[in-house]
Amino acid sequence: MVYQHKDLIGLRDLCKEEILSFIDLAKEFKALNNSDVKKSPSLHGKTVINAFYENSTRTRVSFEVAAKRLGADAINFSASQSSSKKGETLVDTIHNMEAMKTDIFVLRHPNSGAAHFVAQNSDASIVNAGDGLNEHPTQGLLDLFTILEHKGSFENLTVSIIGDIAHSRVARSDIWAMRKLGINVKLFGPPTMLPVHMEVFDCHVCSSMEEAVEGSDVIIMLRIQLERQDGTLFPSVREYSKFFGLTSTRMKLANKNAIVLHPGPINRGVEMNSDVVDNKDYSVILNQVENGVAIRMAVLHTLNLYRKSRNM
Amino acid sequence: MKTLIKNGIIVNSDGQIKANVLIEDEMIVDIIEHEVQADTVIDACGNYIMPGLIDMHVHFRDPGQEYKDDVISGSETAVASGVTTCLPMANTFPINDNSSITRAMIQKAKQRGLIDLLPIGAISQGLHGDRIVEMGDMIEAGAVAFSDDGLPVSDSSVMRDALEYSRGFNSFVISHSEDCSLCRKGVMHEGEISTILGLKGMASEKEEIMISRDMLLAKLTKGHIHIAHVSSAWSLKLIELAKQEGINITCEVTPHHFSFSDKNLLSYNTHFKMSPPLRSENDINAIREALKSGLVDVIATDHAPHHNDDKFVEFDNAPFGILGLQTLVPLTLKLVNEGIISLERMVELTSANPAKILNLKTKGKIAKGMLADIAIIDPNKEYIYDESINKSKSKNSPLFGEKLTGAAVMTLKNGRVVYDFPHCL
Repeated sequence: MVYQHKDLIGLRDLCKEEILSFIDLAKEFKALNNSDVKKSPSLHGKTVINAFYENSTRTRVSFEVAAKRLGADAINFSASQSSSKKGETLVDTIHNMEAMKTDIFVLRHPNSGAAHFVAQNSDASIVNAGDGLNEHPTQGLLDLFTILEHKGSFENLTVSIIGDIAHSRVARSDIWAMRKLGINVKLFGPPTMLPVHMEVFDCHVCSSMEEAVEGSDVIIMLRIQLERQDGTLFPSVREYSKFFGLTSTRMKLANKNAIVLHPGPINRGVEMNSDVVDNKDYSVILNQVENGVAIRMAVLHTLNLYRKSRNM
Repeated sequence: MKTLIKNGIIVNSDGQIKANVLIEDEMIVDIIEHEVQADTVIDACGNYIMPGLIDMHVHFRDPGQEYKDDVISGSETAVASGVTTCLPMANTFPINDNSSITRAMIQKAKQRGLIDLLPIGAISQGLHGDRIVEMGDMIEAGAVAFSDDGLPVSDSSVMRDALEYSRGFNSFVISHSEDCSLCRKGVMHEGEISTILGLKGMASEKEEIMISRDMLLAKLTKGHIHIAHVSSAWSLKLIELAKQEGINITCEVTPHHFSFSDKNLLSYNTHFKMSPPLRSENDINAIREALKSGLVDVIATDHAPHHNDDKFVEFDNAPFGILGLQTLVPLTLKLVNEGIISLERMVELTSANPAKILNLKTKGKIAKGMLADIAIIDPNKEYIYDESINKSKSKNSPLFGEKLTGAAVMTLKNGRVVYDFPHCL
């Protein structure tokens, strides 16, 4: 079942078939990206604005590459939080850019719910590129795509998500989607970084790094947001790395052919040691980045088809 | 001048009676079964005649933020809600921390002449939480209680001083109970829904810790502490304990806290954003139980107007607060319809108990010798809560545009008709 909505706000709203349809489409775009002429005309004549209210390198470039490979005019707009504090509201800014006949906005914003809010107040399509702690749906999709490529199927799969789950939009998108696909998900992190009422996720919560890694097919390490720590969630980087970091020794507990994912950017020596990051046997971090472009092409393409069908 | 209200059912906190109310000038002079001659006869059409409601917690944003509401629009909103006495909080600009602001607020309300405005002064000068205000001087000017409301006093010594000092003037302190050092920047109740939405939570312990402190300070000082807008089950447990121990403590709940839960936030609707936040079903049930049992003393609205410009933003950036006055009667009547409280208890919570707490001897009852502050309530009135009904300058209610049942169809203040649905007079 192809996804038929104006916006992509979060994977919590999607059913299994819709998730799989994005991945199927991404496979085709990945093949295109590996061909001689990395170009498809499906968004020719369309305007995509990357509206980033938070810093980003990977995600913004990935969306820009995706839009351009589909033939769209891709424009980057970044507003530091201070510039939005100059007075203009988020919706006013979006309406102004909409007046320039923008078809799709890719929005990254520090506030949870911001993508939902803009989508409700804009005729353009909104792709959520991360809103606060809520969701980062294209990251979730590219994680699933990468897992599928390496594991062949989502059947009988155990995935561990480790780190600052409470403050991670990647974790939320991953968890919602994986539960819908029937994947067994284990969570681990210091209790200060686990959200309250975790039962809503219906996941097993581990009590040690060893338990979290043992028997897992996929390990997703989350980034510790060093720049956002107010110093009360964990006592020191040294201690974090000791009890919550992924090492090659701990990796031995994982299932055969287990893979390691990370949404980037990595803090080497904090959540993961370099011998894990750079281990070609299980680190698929750069595959994730490659697949991210294909997933974002699939998302932009799908939303554009919906717009065409509705004469938007 | 004599006014007769006939064909109504008089509801007081201690019972109801089918009788007529005879008013002379501003006082109720008799409750009679027969009809007598009067200059004006009001037909209550079988509706309830209740003592004018007393709202112990409103924000009229005046002075300073008159684009949200002011004392005039606030007064009009009040009488359109059956409310004849309002206690506005001190977080105005400038702050109501001195007698001249208090006097100016009262004066403005008197000019419009719809309600009695009984200002709540700040506890601390400038709401800074360090030095207490000139309480005696402000009481002389008309202030009736003291609260730093949304910026709770974190220094326990200052709170102690406020409780002790206000006691000397037979006044009291209202606590917006919040330990602000616990979960900073929270925007909603910390629970399953905040986990789902990725919004930063405000644990109910944030409130409960402060109630614990303040009730213990009331025990120490023998001062009177009134806990504003109680939102959690554990808060009620603590208040129950304090009452059992004879501590001088009273409390209020708001209609939104007994009507809505955090589940309403699933669409990130900023009209459901307030502090304290909407909590879990379990908390709502505890509040309803406490309304029934008598543990809760007062229903107050925490009427908090905010302009659409302020609310039409990202959820994190929207201010806390919801309009409360014009939904007070319909939401409270819903409790009556659901069998949670009786009509008499409704009067106790919205008028009799506030009058008792505020020592207003001529208010809170329909009886001979009382002030003719009267709300005629039609429990079956159906209407859309829209522009034509709304008297506030703001519209930040999730019920705006919805069908409501039950309303004040006429309000009298000092014997004069000040509201005749849907018009203020």
